[in-house]
Amino acid sequence: MTDEVVLKTEDLTKHYGGVHALEGANFEMKKGEHIAIMGDNGAGKSTFVRQITGVEQRTRGKITFYGEDVEFAGPLDAREAGIETVFQTLALADDLDVPDNLFLGREMTKLDWLGPFRLLDYKGMREATLAGLEKTAVKIPNIRNSIEKMSGGQRQCVAIARTATFHSRLTIMDEPTAALGVQETAQVENIIRTLKEAGEPLILVSHNMRQVMDLVDRIVVFRRGRIVANLNKDETDGQDIVAYITGAKTGAEYEGAA
Amino acid sequence: MSDTSHGTGGLTFDKSKRSWPNEMNILFALIIIIVIFEVLGQVLPYMNNQSFLFDTKGRFDTIFNEARLQIIILQVAIIGIIALGVTQVIITAGIDLSSGPLVAATAMIAMSFAQTELVNGNPNPKAIFGLWAMDLPVMVPVLVGLLFGAMIGAINGTFVAFFRIPPFIATLGMFLICRGIALWWSSGRPVSFPTDSYKALGAGMMPVVWFLALAVLFHCILRYTVYGKHTYAIGSNEEAARMSGINVKRHKVMVYMIASMLAAFAGVVLSAKASTAQAGMGEFYELFAIAMAVIGGISLTGGRGSIIGTVLGAMVLGVIRSGFTFVKLDGSYQLMAMGGIIIAAVILDQYRQRNRA
Repeated sequence: MTDEVVLKTEDLTKHYGGVHALEGANFEMKKGEHIAIMGDNGAGKSTFVRQITGVEQRTRGKITFYGEDVEFAGPLDAREAGIETVFQTLALADDLDVPDNLFLGREMTKLDWLGPFRLLDYKGMREATLAGLEKTAVKIPNIRNSIEKMSGGQRQCVAIARTATFHSRLTIMDEPTAALGVQETAQVENIIRTLKEAGEPLILVSHNMRQVMDLVDRIVVFRRGRIVANLNKDETDGQDIVAYITGAKTGAEYEGAA
Repeated sequence: MSDTSHGTGGLTFDKSKRSWPNEMNILFALIIIIVIFEVLGQVLPYMNNQSFLFDTKGRFDTIFNEARLQIIILQVAIIGIIALGVTQVIITAGIDLSSGPLVAATAMIAMSFAQTELVNGNPNPKAIFGLWAMDLPVMVPVLVGLLFGAMIGAINGTFVAFFRIPPFIATLGMFLICRGIALWWSSGRPVSFPTDSYKALGAGMMPVVWFLALAVLFHCILRYTVYGKHTYAIGSNEEAARMSGINVKRHKVMVYMIASMLAAFAGVVLSAKASTAQAGMGEFYELFAIAMAVIGGISLTGGRGSIIGTVLGAMVLGVIRSGFTFVKLDGSYQLMAMGGIIIAAVILDQYRQRNRA
């Protein structure tokens, strides 16, 4: 783990009309780190993710990505900068196959002078897909089947494999195993471990305490739109975290905020 | 990297082909329908053992009854051109009801720029414009027609994509507007006497040539280009397409424009074939075009369907029409049978979808 800062937010704030969904979030992440974001429903986790990924525009605050101030106009901007997101709602097109979904919106093409009618490089995309799947150790029986024929776990793996295929500089997963069975969850967790070994930074939004304690280095707790704790995994335990989530405890450095 | 997978079993990277394509089912249905007519020709007492498709009487020195084959495809070719466009619209989970009246309006407008100055030595009795619009090169009426189609399509697409009006309503409005334009253009009078080069666009088997050439073109476009991929993606999951950075609104406008340009071209070919343009042309064309796509296995909820399917759907309608004439049943039975087949096609599609889930 180096000391290079991947992502830093200062005073990141989002108001929806009168609702203060996110208030003054200061967050910092170093290269190679895996960080979990926890908190109750409506605590501001997803709002925080949406500001970073450009899905929404922040009310105020600053986001720095690899030392550069960023202002993403939309999710595509964020993705081009290297932030890959696996959304809670799978952003997959059911009728398309695996390579089509991986490359949706950024297809490999030939004869680009044809504009919107430029040709798809199916072979190139298939090869890159296989390489990406290999990198994440994702197992999919037939990548040319349409997504709808796949199990929930396989679909989630496809969504995650996007990150590996595009050499992302930061991966964000929003509840990646919420809808999955035991075996499928294990499969996704293995992928996350693979990313860890490869030194890929990751933000994991999760409700699953066991998963969080298993996978990440640091846990950031949100409550009522504010960050209330920033804990090293080795210095905390499940009970401690629950206390922060429910409001029984607040991190010393955040006393004033909450 | 260590292999940490406790996999969910199965081979890992199997590159085998896609499963049994849906189009094979339609081809199968088409063959069954042909066989039924073939059997009816042998069984029905008043048919004198006629063959539906084969040249049993040795009239043409060929295996097939070529005249019937030509008629089967000729009578669906012009609506088929429209169906190629509406297929793309339906794949985006839209619908286009305006194509029939657009055929009429385009026929009237294009024909006005395709008239000859003299008919049998006399001035053209149906002239719309002055001498400046007489005997123009054939490209002029064609381009005017396509431009008009593009404009109508752009309006359809803009209402659907930017104003979020349901496609059914937006194109229903345009349905009435286009029929109105067709009636208003020459105050209801037909526009006739085109140049020979314009007539040539629809002469003989030309409509079939256009239909098949455009079918091949759009088959390739849908399957091998970014435009095609995004069309399927939008119909399959519009939200995912947007999150993937596809400009969904702009793409939808483009799809509606292409569909309307195809309908406009159908209007050009139809008026060239008939050598006249009338405001009432193209009645029910939009519905038959949609029917071809539906029989061809398209999903009205978007994301699924193909040009090959639509071409086969067109062939099914052509065979039924021709077959009913063959067994000497009149048009009323044809309509009832087509209606039944359209409903059967949708039921089959829903059954397939349930089985898949």
